[in-house]
Amino acid sequence: MFAHFDFQAIVHALPYLFEQGLVFTLTLTILSAIGGLILGTALALVRIGGGPVLATIATGYVNLMRTLPLVLVIFWFYFMVPYIGQWLLHAPRPIKVGGFSSALLTFVMFEAAYFSEIMRGGIQSVARGQYAAGLALGMTGAQAMRYIVLPQVLRTMLPVLLTQTIVLFQDTSLVYVLSLTDFLGAASKIAQRDGRLVEMYCFAALVYFAICFLASLAVRRLQSRVAIIR
Amino acid sequence: MTDTIIALEHVDKWYGPSFQVLKDCTLAVPKGEVVVVCGPSGSGKSTLIKCVNALEPFQKGEIVVDGIRLHEKGVNLPKLRARVGMVFQHFELFPHLSVLENLDLAQIKVLGRGKQAARAKSVALLQRVELSAHADKFPGQLSGGQQQRVAIARALAMDPVVMLFDEPTSALDPEMVSEVLDVMVQLAQEGMTMMVVTHEMGFARKVAHRVVFMDRGEIVVDARKDAFFGDVGNERAKQFLSKILQH
Repeated sequence: MFAHFDFQAIVHALPYLFEQGLVFTLTLTILSAIGGLILGTALALVRIGGGPVLATIATGYVNLMRTLPLVLVIFWFYFMVPYIGQWLLHAPRPIKVGGFSSALLTFVMFEAAYFSEIMRGGIQSVARGQYAAGLALGMTGAQAMRYIVLPQVLRTMLPVLLTQTIVLFQDTSLVYVLSLTDFLGAASKIAQRDGRLVEMYCFAALVYFAICFLASLAVRRLQSRVAIIR
Repeated sequence: MTDTIIALEHVDKWYGPSFQVLKDCTLAVPKGEVVVVCGPSGSGKSTLIKCVNALEPFQKGEIVVDGIRLHEKGVNLPKLRARVGMVFQHFELFPHLSVLENLDLAQIKVLGRGKQAARAKSVALLQRVELSAHADKFPGQLSGGQQQRVAIARALAMDPVVMLFDEPTSALDPEMVSEVLDVMVQLAQEGMTMMVVTHEMGFARKVAHRVVFMDRGEIVVDARKDAFFGDVGNERAKQFLSKILQH
């Protein structure tokens, strides 16, 4: 099988794979992670201190997202968002969203569910006394959260958040269902065009492995550097 | 009455529908006085002191702190708490901030002090509790006694009109108790109004004006210090005192 392995095919494809494919994958991963973390933190705060009605809605949302397959959510958003936009903006016809925006929105909303669970666990692990100490100094609840609780949560949870982001990095390859060209999609296209399936898929696997493996190592090193001295 | 800093009027508090932790508690702390609250564990003394700065809600009665009624509608609790210093049993220093940053934070975010003014105040207070050498360390690198002194300095940085202490030495190793008490004694002698939940009767003898004894959620004895240590006139309090003083 490897007798006809053509390294040249990979070399020729490199610019396209990295400049188009990997840039797309990384952009989608980073933006989704940031958006997911912000929305996820908001969901966690609502679930902890937002009153029974909002907390129930947030919990329902998180559970819904976590019980649906990601591919289904990607499809669902792609077809539904134009109509939701039309309804929200009172537009005469479904609004144009585009594949990338739709995918980004999907990943943000999907990842938010997972990030919110991580943040919720983190917030509950910070001793209640810390929040009370903030209040006792005259802080509002929001200030105590922002300056005392959340900074501690982010530090202790950073390794878990980054590990989840590595999973997200792999999951972004699912955007192929919207005909978007991420790294895997780019490799796949070239594989089909040149008839070099073995080379391209092996190379893609190698790149995913290398990036995720190195990222995991980096997370482990970071873990000891940001740890809070107790 | 204008010089009363803390006034509790018939305060009742329940946990759930049936368990009453505070029963008809009435108590006044005049300006400049040191009031020690003691009593067996579970008697409600920590709950009582946490009600004073509204960290714990109470259902009936009223608490007036520096002229502000806690149960009044629209009362600005953060503003009130900023003027009431609180020291916790477990210190509650912020572990992600250095010692100096612990002192700076609320001055800047709550009082709106400039960074330099806040830092100057923090440095002076650390010197006062004799911890200047540890200014840039993190709380986790300090001993319990040192942490509690930092916590006192952090509360003082807000220029409080009254200081609340919730069992400030109960979580400390015995050899560290005195370094914390020394700071508190000094504070008392400078005229700070203080309400102190503690079992340290030596501290009470030294600086308290009044001693309050609580049992099962009630204030059983509220007497001048000399009267309290002389003849309490209450069996429960006598028993309690004999138990903690016999060693």
